[in-house]
Amino acid sequence: MTASAPILSVQHLCKSFRDLKAVDDVSFEVGAGEIVGLLGPNGAGKTTTINMVLGVLSPTSGSISIDGVDLRTQRTRALSCTNFAAVYAPLPGNLTIEQNLRVFGMIYAVKDLTARIEELLRDFDLQRFRKTKAGLLSSGEQTRLSLAKAMINRPRLLLLDEPTASIDPSTARDIRASIEAYAKAAQCGVLWTSHNMYEVEAVCDRVMFLSRGKVLLQGDPKQLTKDHGAASLDDLFVQVAHEALHDANHPALHPPSRVGVPAP
Amino acid sequence: MNPSRVGAIIMRQLYLYRGSPQRILPMFAWVAIDILLWGFITRYLNQVSHSGFNFVPALLGAVLLWDFLTRIMQGVTMAFFEDVWSRNFLNLFATPLRTSEYLSGLVIIGVTTSLLGLAAMLVLAWAGFGLSFFSFGAALAPSVLILFLSGIALGIFGAGVVLRLGPASEWLIWPIPSVVSPFVGVFYPISVLPAWMQVIAKALPPSYVFEAMRQVVAGKPAPWEQLAIGGALSVAYLLLACAFFASVYRYAIRTGLIARYSAETVA
Repeated sequence: MTASAPILSVQHLCKSFRDLKAVDDVSFEVGAGEIVGLLGPNGAGKTTTINMVLGVLSPTSGSISIDGVDLRTQRTRALSCTNFAAVYAPLPGNLTIEQNLRVFGMIYAVKDLTARIEELLRDFDLQRFRKTKAGLLSSGEQTRLSLAKAMINRPRLLLLDEPTASIDPSTARDIRASIEAYAKAAQCGVLWTSHNMYEVEAVCDRVMFLSRGKVLLQGDPKQLTKDHGAASLDDLFVQVAHEALHDANHPALHPPSRVGVPAP
Repeated sequence: MNPSRVGAIIMRQLYLYRGSPQRILPMFAWVAIDILLWGFITRYLNQVSHSGFNFVPALLGAVLLWDFLTRIMQGVTMAFFEDVWSRNFLNLFATPLRTSEYLSGLVIIGVTTSLLGLAAMLVLAWAGFGLSFFSFGAALAPSVLILFLSGIALGIFGAGVVLRLGPASEWLIWPIPSVVSPFVGVFYPISVLPAWMQVIAKALPPSYVFEAMRQVVAGKPAPWEQLAIGGALSVAYLLLACAFFASVYRYAIRTGLIARYSAETVA
């Protein structure tokens, strides 16, 4: 984690749906220029956490601040410097790529929008589809459009929920590289969820394992793998998810003994 | 309120209208059919009644005014449904967009499309059947304003209902004008209604417009006090509709409805 003020600070975040604790006292930070992987089996609370950071789901308790701005009290300001891409949130299929980027650019009040759109069309290799309706694109092209939209406001915090799903390996590598380059150049914090452990290991500076709404482990992906005697991050994921699922009293559920890096 | 964000909502709808005859045609087609149908009915009634009463301003004028309210409501809800159908809520509300900006955008585009439809109706009613809206005198301006505000209120209320109950509930929204119309006396005086319906009529702003219209057509002075009550009610309903939508939105944020809103999945 960087020494500078965090871009995203999540403190004691909880979300309950009736008796179900979807997110249970989760605290973490994402620093400037840092890419943090949010990992966990389905239903672990990753998307619930991301939705709370995006302001579309209110926490039961806890606080979220983005670039030092409290999300609950200054939602508009906090979300002005945030953006996201998710496989489950396709952009309107009845608008063209250019129209989608213009609409969202206007929502974020992007200055010199036409030039920014051109830049993104070039960066994500979407120029030849600019007049194509988003609904007619292949899933990989739609993902690239979602990523272009996610970059439109040059966000300080970028939330990516399986950003390279449906993309061929070559394009996925290019996209990973451009996100990494953007994060470092713009000192943008990135919260990245993926089930592709190879990708996570390659891209993320730090990972957090979530299970049943709790952070089980967090730390450098390579160091965590080594510390827990796993052959790979993929093996560690399977091991932790399996143990946590079958043993509610597993030590992993009781930090700090298994926690690689203490939660801030 | 940020004009760029309101503009984005309007722009999104304008993009849909651009080059989409299937969206533009209904703006004019249904109103034209209504005017033709009721225009010929009123012409026939004028021929057979021999009473000297001119049915054109009474019936055709009423149809025109009622269509105006209906089109405004549908303009607002249609713009909202575009986001329902394209499952766009997560994209929209995970941005700095405020609900007031979103609703303002919907209302501006809804009103704009309705005014275009109204203009077409006026031209057709005047050219085809000799209806001059100016025959309603000074009462026309407040009457149109009341219907305008009532249509917006109904549109925002409808959007709130669909946001709360899910996409399938859009079929509850389309018949709302038809359900309201018997109570507001579009074609007959409120006095012919049973007592319980009259109580409801008094609570509905359009009923004051149609009562006023009939008085003016009958050569009586416009009932300004009644129009003022209708105006106050329409403002109150508009505020209530906005409060209702805001409350549904807060519920949706609390429960995660916005994030998981998709076709047929909302419990």
